[in-house]
Amino acid sequence: MFDTTSPLPPLPGVGYKPQHYSAIHNDPAPVGWFEVHAENYMGDGGRPLAQLRALSDRFPISVHGVGLSIGGPDRLDAEHLARLKHLVGWLNPASFSEHLAWSTHDSAFLNDLLPLPYTPATLARVCDHVDEVQEALGRRMLLENPSSYLAFAESTLDETDFLNEVVRRTGCGLLLDVNNVFVSATNLGYSPQDYIARFPMAAVGEIHLAGHDEDHDDFGAPLLIDSHGREVADPVWALLDMVLDRAGPLPLLIEWDNDVPDWPVLAAEAARAAGALARLTA
Amino acid sequence: MASHAETGFRTALLRGDAPVPKGLTDGAGRPAGRRFNVYRNNVAVALREALEVGFPAVAKLIGPENFARAAGMFLRAHPPASPLMMHYGAGFPEFLERLEALRGIGYLGDVARMELALRQSYHAADAPALDATRLAGMDEAALMRARLVPAPALRLLRSDWPVLSIYRFTMEPGQPKPPARAEAVVITRPDFDPLPHLLPPGGAGFLAALIKGGTFGAAVETAGPDFDLSATLSLLLQQGAFSDLLTD
Repeated sequence: MFDTTSPLPPLPGVGYKPQHYSAIHNDPAPVGWFEVHAENYMGDGGRPLAQLRALSDRFPISVHGVGLSIGGPDRLDAEHLARLKHLVGWLNPASFSEHLAWSTHDSAFLNDLLPLPYTPATLARVCDHVDEVQEALGRRMLLENPSSYLAFAESTLDETDFLNEVVRRTGCGLLLDVNNVFVSATNLGYSPQDYIARFPMAAVGEIHLAGHDEDHDDFGAPLLIDSHGREVADPVWALLDMVLDRAGPLPLLIEWDNDVPDWPVLAAEAARAAGALARLTA
Repeated sequence: MASHAETGFRTALLRGDAPVPKGLTDGAGRPAGRRFNVYRNNVAVALREALEVGFPAVAKLIGPENFARAAGMFLRAHPPASPLMMHYGAGFPEFLERLEALRGIGYLGDVARMELALRQSYHAADAPALDATRLAGMDEAALMRARLVPAPALRLLRSDWPVLSIYRFTMEPGQPKPPARAEAVVITRPDFDPLPHLLPPGGAGFLAALIKGGTFGAAVETAGPDFDLSATLSLLLQQGAFSDLLTD
């Protein structure tokens, strides 16, 4: 029903921050595309929309939603879906993605990506929601694997099997967040390499990379926090090599949302991502 | 249908004192414990930070600890009703005014209202400003019957307090101490940055009548005896306060 290849270029991208607007226009290298959070561009006008229009004149844009609550038991918010349709309609971005998570409960938006159990019931719910989004937007979406700090005892499906089944039933693509894989695997005590080996790589249209913080749980076990506030960690770069060896070149996004540094620091992270892509053809 | 663990998860999230819900583990069968608090903390911090970004002058006026306490109470009582965080906190001014501990700071609610108005103006729709020469070419009778259409980014705030002077004194170093007086503030957005201005005498009544859709003549009449028409009009036109002029 939908195009199955990602129109984002297999280049480094960066999560767009308004404070970098001038620096990007002076020298974007080596960044080839940008990602924006959908909800930040749903105002009626002003600087945010003007900047996004100018940015989209020069670069492919990925729209990344954080507010649809695809993993939640509530019905999707029709008003929010309509706002998304409007944004995707005028911007015509190269990609639209959302999360395997929930954020809204009884009409209260909690501004965080929250976890769901993996069961046949939640699988059916997520597939219904993905179908509804793809139908409303008239395009294929990418669904992102979450970072997890705990597990639901009732879960009967592995996350990779769950995602694989969503892809099979809805035709959606996947956004593979390699930092989330490392964070979740460390926190829940499984092998991130096994996770990557099992991941339905043919469906992946985009990669996310971000930094995490280290903490520990009640038993002294390591607990990594998906903080998006520092450089991508070395073991995550190593996992990325494994992903690219399996999948081939893909669009690689650097996410840095807290304690956002000056542009050259982000450009240096993007350059490291460019190096990971160059290794494939070396 | 939500499972028991899902329902428990959702209910306990916004309640800092609630026990960690059942059915959550560390992935190896041990209870999740403080792992759940990562989510609880993320939610509270994300919403509190949204309020800090939206109300920086209020945060400065009452200090970080008081602000964190007020924001924590607000976000539990009034979590966002939509995923558009740019709109979050519309009820914060009234909430602050009802907090017993902050009753002594009478102007706090109006400072919050002004910050809210600045944020609304920032995200309002774009519209080209009315060309002021269109007024100059009209005869007086036609002008009195005409209606000025407020630009989408225009906001008006009338306060019993020196709200703009307090805001500037709080946010900009070197500003004079606020005088004891009532202030009426108009917020315009000639470009992309909302600008607050003090309205000349009578200007607030005049502008309020125009915003309600009244004619120019009716607005002048409601403005009061000390109304300074030329100062008010030149400020508003120069700042792009109107997007159109409707004549009959």
